[in-house]
Amino acid sequence: MSNDGVDSGKRRFLTLATSAVGVVGAGFVAVPFLGSWKPSAKAQAAGAPVEVPLDKLEEGQMVKVEWRGKPVFVVKRSETVVDALKNTTQELKDPESQNIEQQPEYVDGVTRSIRPDVIVLVGICTHLGCVPQHLKETEVDWGGGFFCPCHGSRFDLAGRVFAGVPASKNLQVPPYSYQGNNKIVIGVDEGAA
Amino acid sequence: MTKMAQLMQWIDDRFPLTKVWNEHLAEYYAPKNFNFWYFFGSLALLVLVNQILTGIWLTMNYNPSGEHAYASVEFIMRDVNWGWLLRYMHSTGASAFFVVVYLHMFRGLIYGSFRKPRELVWLFGMIIFVLLMAEAFMGYLLPWGNMSYWGAQVIINLFSAVPYVGDYLTEWIRGDFIISGATLNRFFALHVVALPIALLLMVFLHIVALHKVGSNNPDGIEIKKYKDENGIPLDGIPFHPYYTVKDIVGVAGFLFFFCLIIFFAPELNGFFLEPPNFTPADPLKTPAHIAPVWYFTPYYSILRAVPDQQLGVVAMAASLIVMFFLPWLDRSKVKSIRYKHWSFKVWLGLFVIAFFVLGYLGMKGPTPMRTLVAQIATVYYFVFFLGMPWWSTWGDTKPVPERVTH
Repeated sequence: MSNDGVDSGKRRFLTLATSAVGVVGAGFVAVPFLGSWKPSAKAQAAGAPVEVPLDKLEEGQMVKVEWRGKPVFVVKRSETVVDALKNTTQELKDPESQNIEQQPEYVDGVTRSIRPDVIVLVGICTHLGCVPQHLKETEVDWGGGFFCPCHGSRFDLAGRVFAGVPASKNLQVPPYSYQGNNKIVIGVDEGAA
Repeated sequence: MTKMAQLMQWIDDRFPLTKVWNEHLAEYYAPKNFNFWYFFGSLALLVLVNQILTGIWLTMNYNPSGEHAYASVEFIMRDVNWGWLLRYMHSTGASAFFVVVYLHMFRGLIYGSFRKPRELVWLFGMIIFVLLMAEAFMGYLLPWGNMSYWGAQVIINLFSAVPYVGDYLTEWIRGDFIISGATLNRFFALHVVALPIALLLMVFLHIVALHKVGSNNPDGIEIKKYKDENGIPLDGIPFHPYYTVKDIVGVAGFLFFFCLIIFFAPELNGFFLEPPNFTPADPLKTPAHIAPVWYFTPYYSILRAVPDQQLGVVAMAASLIVMFFLPWLDRSKVKSIRYKHWSFKVWLGLFVIAFFVLGYLGMKGPTPMRTLVAQIATVYYFVFFLGMPWWSTWGDTKPVPERVTH
């Protein structure tokens, strides 16, 4: 084949331009393939709010409910426990809940709750997603809270993570609100209803 | 010409059958001093065939849905004719795959098989290793037992350590807010279609690259240096029939142990199939003690050893990535352990110990003492690789022979 009279600059430009258009096209084709991995409409619809009555919950007790398929812990705390929360700040990574992604803005930074006696937490360890065990203040010598059996992360009874454990973030407080004095609704923000 | 020769000629005119046969078997000259350590390449191929064959048969009765997956595995175990055998061949095969691949990689490490000109053989092999880990991980979710579920939960959540998009990324991988049937279905698709295709392609490239440069040997010298008048290496013998026959001996030995486990201890005391996986997946209840299957535990230990989530993930990823660079980390004048300075044996011995210690600790629950030991072993793991450019040049090497010894 003769290369006489070939404008190689033009040829290179056309090759590059064609390739570039091809890459853009491939990018568009990738959208449905990647997008189809996102939660389906059915999965998103399953995230309805959950009501939890509090009248049968004794001090120190915990109930576990399912919200969006995740375990949510609701624990009733005694006054001693709530008072102790303010004194353990030395051992915690984020005692005043500076990381604003881990709780709604309407909960207190220290008690991490709307009302100090009831704490609501997503029961999924912020390290790698196991379900921590609830340990009462009377069962252990570190004040009680939540212990993750997978990698040994510990959280206090406000879901605040202790220093020196693998997890870096406090347990998530889900959006919730009170309906009257004795019922909470998980999944509905305070003031939204 | 006989009818058979005519047929071969007819094919060879249209497809290079004889040429391929000769290049890769009958006239592929491998060093004549291969030893025990050279069994594991062909054994890996055998296990791959076992996994594909039994895997295809398992899909005939398996049901990849959150509601029916667990029951369908029990159905295979109890009601499908020979289903128990096919499943145990597959589950034992997964562990056997890692046994032979780890030994195959160790062979490369001691005889310097990854070094110039075999860097691409090593890189293709490392890609196979990573694909194999993904394949094993996704396969482990499919029985939909509680350990399947929570193991997958932990591993998928590793991606939440990615800055900014972490949570979005894990949701995208799961296809739900939690691990659900959506996750199971896509893992099934990847496990039985996408990853096996990628694995077969990489195995093909691994072998093509190997046959281009020729096999290394326990002396770590090139047999292509001395050839006879026909251009055949003096120290080479045709792969077929010499090494095909030798490898059959390896296959017999391997199958002895493989069958022993399949028929007498298919769960191998919780090592190959973990006890919590005999209860169905429960999104609200984490097993008291989560541990991955044994072949992942060294890396899992490295993950746990770092007391920071993001850095832990980085360390675990780095422990795999650093292995890709091995061909450029080893600066010793010789390839084989036989001629390296004695200090190599110390470094390597400690590495093997560290690897086993990490593997053991990864199966156990965390205590402060165990975490400390894991941290020491992790540091050594990285010192071994990252310090190699320096320590591999220490001391005198022994003189390398001109021709292979045996």
